[in-house]
Amino acid sequence: MKPLSDTLSAPDTDEAAANPVVGIDQTKGDFQYKVAYEFDAGTGLSEKTVRYISSVKKEAPWILEFRLNALKKFLSMPMPTHWATKDLENINFDKIRYYLASGQKPKRTWDEVPADIKRTFERLGIPEQERKFLAGVEAQFDSEAAYSNIKEIVAKQGVIFANSTEALREHPEIFRKFFGKVIPTGDNKFSALNSAVFSGGSFIYVPKGVKVAQPLQAYFRINAENFGQFERTLIICDEGAEVVYMEGCTAPKFSTSTLHSAVVELVALKGAKIQYITVQNWANNVFNLVTKRGVAHEEAEIKWIDCNIGSRLTMKYPGVVLKGRKARGEVLSIALANDGQHQDTGAKMIHAADETTSNIIAKSISVGQGRSTYRGVVHIPKHLKGCKNNTECDALLINSNSRTDTYPAISVRGDRHAVQHEASVSKVSADQIFYMQSRGLTEGQAMSLSVNGFINDLARQFPMEYSVELKRLIDLEMEGSVG
Amino acid sequence: MSASTLTETKSLTGSFTAEAFAAHLAGLPPLPPWWLDRKRAAFERFASLPMPSATDETWRFSNRSTLTLDGFQLPPTSASAASLHAPIGIKKSAKLVFVNGRLATRETLAADLAQRGVIVDTLQNALHQHGDRVREHLLAQPARLGSAKFAALHEAFLTDGAFISVPKGVEVELPIGVFSYAAGAGAAVFPHTLVVAGDNSKVTVVEYFGSSVDADAHFAVGANDLYASHGAHLTYIGKQDWSLRTLSFQLNSTIVRRDARVQSLNLHLGARQARHESLSQLQAPGAFSEMLALTVAHDAQEFDQRTLQIHEAPNTKSDLLYKNALRDRAKTIFSGLIVVDPDAQKTDAYQSNRNLMLSDDCEASSLPGLEIQANDVRCTHGATTSRIDPEQEFYLQSRGIAKEAADELLTFGFFEDVLNRLASDELHAALRTLIQSKFKK
Repeated sequence: MKPLSDTLSAPDTDEAAANPVVGIDQTKGDFQYKVAYEFDAGTGLSEKTVRYISSVKKEAPWILEFRLNALKKFLSMPMPTHWATKDLENINFDKIRYYLASGQKPKRTWDEVPADIKRTFERLGIPEQERKFLAGVEAQFDSEAAYSNIKEIVAKQGVIFANSTEALREHPEIFRKFFGKVIPTGDNKFSALNSAVFSGGSFIYVPKGVKVAQPLQAYFRINAENFGQFERTLIICDEGAEVVYMEGCTAPKFSTSTLHSAVVELVALKGAKIQYITVQNWANNVFNLVTKRGVAHEEAEIKWIDCNIGSRLTMKYPGVVLKGRKARGEVLSIALANDGQHQDTGAKMIHAADETTSNIIAKSISVGQGRSTYRGVVHIPKHLKGCKNNTECDALLINSNSRTDTYPAISVRGDRHAVQHEASVSKVSADQIFYMQSRGLTEGQAMSLSVNGFINDLARQFPMEYSVELKRLIDLEMEGSVG
Repeated sequence: MSASTLTETKSLTGSFTAEAFAAHLAGLPPLPPWWLDRKRAAFERFASLPMPSATDETWRFSNRSTLTLDGFQLPPTSASAASLHAPIGIKKSAKLVFVNGRLATRETLAADLAQRGVIVDTLQNALHQHGDRVREHLLAQPARLGSAKFAALHEAFLTDGAFISVPKGVEVELPIGVFSYAAGAGAAVFPHTLVVAGDNSKVTVVEYFGSSVDADAHFAVGANDLYASHGAHLTYIGKQDWSLRTLSFQLNSTIVRRDARVQSLNLHLGARQARHESLSQLQAPGAFSEMLALTVAHDAQEFDQRTLQIHEAPNTKSDLLYKNALRDRAKTIFSGLIVVDPDAQKTDAYQSNRNLMLSDDCEASSLPGLEIQANDVRCTHGATTSRIDPEQEFYLQSRGIAKEAADELLTFGFFEDVLNRLASDELHAALRTLIQSKFKK
C-alpha cells in the first residue's frame, strides 16, 4: 500500500524565521510527502497485525504476550459512549493502518535521514531547534522514530533517551519494571489499543540527582492517510532528578479521519521533578485519544502543561497519582476549539498519601461552533490527612453559538482536607472591546488581545518559545471570528 | 445502553407486580380515563425499565447495592392516624395530612381564601373537579435525572396527594401544610404535591415527610410539581424526616414562567438512603429559580442529590446552594448541571455545593456541571469540601466556649446563610429548631 498523492502543498512559504517552534501553526503542518514504506501492517486490526508489528521489531516474547493480551482487552471493552461523545462511534477501526515505517533504526546524524523525511522535519524546524537549545530530540514519522539524537553532555550524565523499541530491547532491566504499571492495559479502551499496537514514542531515564538543564523534545508526525499513530512514552526520573520534556504534533489534512492514541507514563521517584509539555496541533480530522498519567513518589512533583489546539476530537485528561507523602501534582491546560472541533480535556488527581497537594488550572476558548469540555476527577480516599486540591476552570465563549461544558467529579473522605473547585463561563467584555476600538484597534485585534489576556497568566508559565507561539496562534484563530 | 453486562439478580418489580397493580386500581375510586391510561402506561414503563446500572452516569458514586425493591409492599388500606407527631409549630392557612397515601385529617382554608378561589384539596377530588388543570401539570415533565423507573412506579401507584391552586392575583399569607406519613413495616408510599400558582399570585407550601413509628423500614417515592405562572411568587419548603431505615426518593419538577420566582428549600434529615432529584425549567424571560438544600447526614446515611437547571429563555436567573454537614460514616453526593440553551442569552446561573466534614469517615462527592451554548451569559459554579475552620474554632475557645459547643455553633452558622434566605422568620426559626434537634440526638 503506497500513499496516494505527491506533495500536497508546495513548501513555498518561508515561515522558518517566524516560527521557531514546531507544531503550532496549523498551516505549517499541512503538507505531505510520498514515502515508500518498507514495513506496512496493512489496514485493519487482528492478531496477525499485532504479530507482524512484534516480529518486525524483533521483540522479546513477553512483549508479544503483553500485546496479545491487550488486543483481547481492547476487543472486549465497550466504547465509553455512556459518558463520552457519540463522535467516537465514527472511528472505523477496520480502515486504519496500524503500522507504517521506512526503517527500524532511527538515524543518529541528520545526514543519514532520507531526503524526503528530512524535508518534512526541516519544514518543521527540527535540526534548527536542536542546534539552538535542545538537549535531545527525537522525531517520529508515522510509526517509527526517523531521527533521534541526544547531546553528548546529557548522555554522559547517564540519561537514556531512546524510542520504545530500542529501550525495551537494550534496557529491559530499567523499563520493564515500570512499563504498563502507571497505566494498566485495561485502563480504558484506547490504552488497551495502544498497548496492543504501540510503536515509537520516547523512553527516558534520568539517573539519581541528575538535573537535565535543557528540555528533551519529541516531534510526532502523521504523514499517511487513514493512519493510526500509537506512540508510547515512559519517563522515569530517579531520586532527586529533574527533567523537562516537550512534544509537538502535526499531521496533514486528509479527507478521511486519522487516529492518534498515545499512552504516556511518568514515574517521579522520591524528590524528582518532571515537567511534561505538549502542544497538540493535529489537523482537524484527527481523533486524538490519549491516556497520560504520572506517579509522584514522596516529595516528587509532576507538572503537565497541555495545550490543545488541533484535532477533530481530543479526549485527554492528564493525571497524577500522588503516591508519596508531600507529593505534588499540577495540570495547566489550555484548549481552543474552533468550528468542527471538540476539545474534551481535563485532569485527574488521585491523592494516595498524606499532605499531598494538587492544582488544576484549565482555560478553554470556544470559537464559532467549537465545543470545549472540561472533565476532571479529584479523589481523596479514606484515612489520609492534610490533602489539598485547588481547581479552577474558566471558559471563554467567543460567538453566540459556541459551546462549553464542565463536568468535574470531586470525592473526598474524611475531615482533614481542603478541596475547592471553581468554574466560570464568560464572554469577552463588550466594554473592553469598545474601549480598544476607540483607541484605534480593529475589532479583531481587540478580540485577540482580550483572548490573550484571558490565558495570559497561564501562558506566562510556559517556556518562552511556546507562549510566544501560542499568542501568535490565537491571533490566527481569532481572525474572522467576530462580526 | 443496556444493563445486560451486569449480573444483578435483583428483581425488576419486587412486590409491585401486575397483580399488585390491578389490586391497586381496583381499590381506587373511578378515575378519569386519561389518568387511568397514564397509570397503566407508567406501570409498563416501571416493569420494563432496568434498575440503575454501573455505567449510568446519573448514578455515579451512588450506592446501588442497597437499592432494592425487595421487602417493601403496598400498605393495607386502613392505617391508624395515631402516634403522629406534627414537628413544626407554625401557623398555617390550611393543612392536609396523609397516612400511607390516604387522607387522614385536614384543616380547611379560611372562608375568605376559599371564596377568592384558592383550592387546597386532595388529588383524588381534584382529578374530577379540576381535571384540566391537573392533567396539564401532574407529572408532566419526564424524569431526566436518572430515576425514570422510580418516577414510573410513583405514577403507577399514586393513590392520593395534595392539590394546591392559587388564582390570579391572590396572595395566601400563611403557609399551606402538607404532611405525609408512612406507617407499618415495609410500607411503600407515594406522596405527591401539585402546586399551581396563577399569575401574580403568592403562596408558600410547607411539606413534611415522616414515619409514624421510627423503627420501621419504609419505601417512599414522592414527587412534586411546582408551576409558577407569570409574576407568581412560589415558596416551597420540604422537610424529609423519614425513619432511619427508609429508602427514599423525592422527585421535583419546577416550571417558572415570565417574571415568576420560585424559591425551594429542601431539608434532608431522615432515611437510610435518600435520593433527591430536582429539575428547574426557566421558560420565559425574568424567571428566577432559587434552589436551596440543607442536609444533616449522620451514622451511615447516604444522601444523593441530583439537580438540573435549564435556562430555556433569555434573561433568566437561577441560584443553587446545597449545603451538607457530614458526621460519622455518612455519605453525600451532589451532582448538579446547569444547561443554557442556545437562545438563552443574558442567563445568570449559579450553582454551589458546600460540604462540611465533621468526621474522618464521612465521604462527600461533588459533580458540579455546566453545559453552556450561549455566549452572553454569567455562569459560575463552585464546590468546596473542608472541615471546620481551626482558626474560628480557636477563637471561640479563646472566648471560653468549649470545643464541642464551638463546633456546634460553627456548624449551625454553616447552615444560617441558607436559612437567612427565607423571608419568613417563623419558618426560619422552625427549621433551625429541627436541624438542632437532629444534632442533639
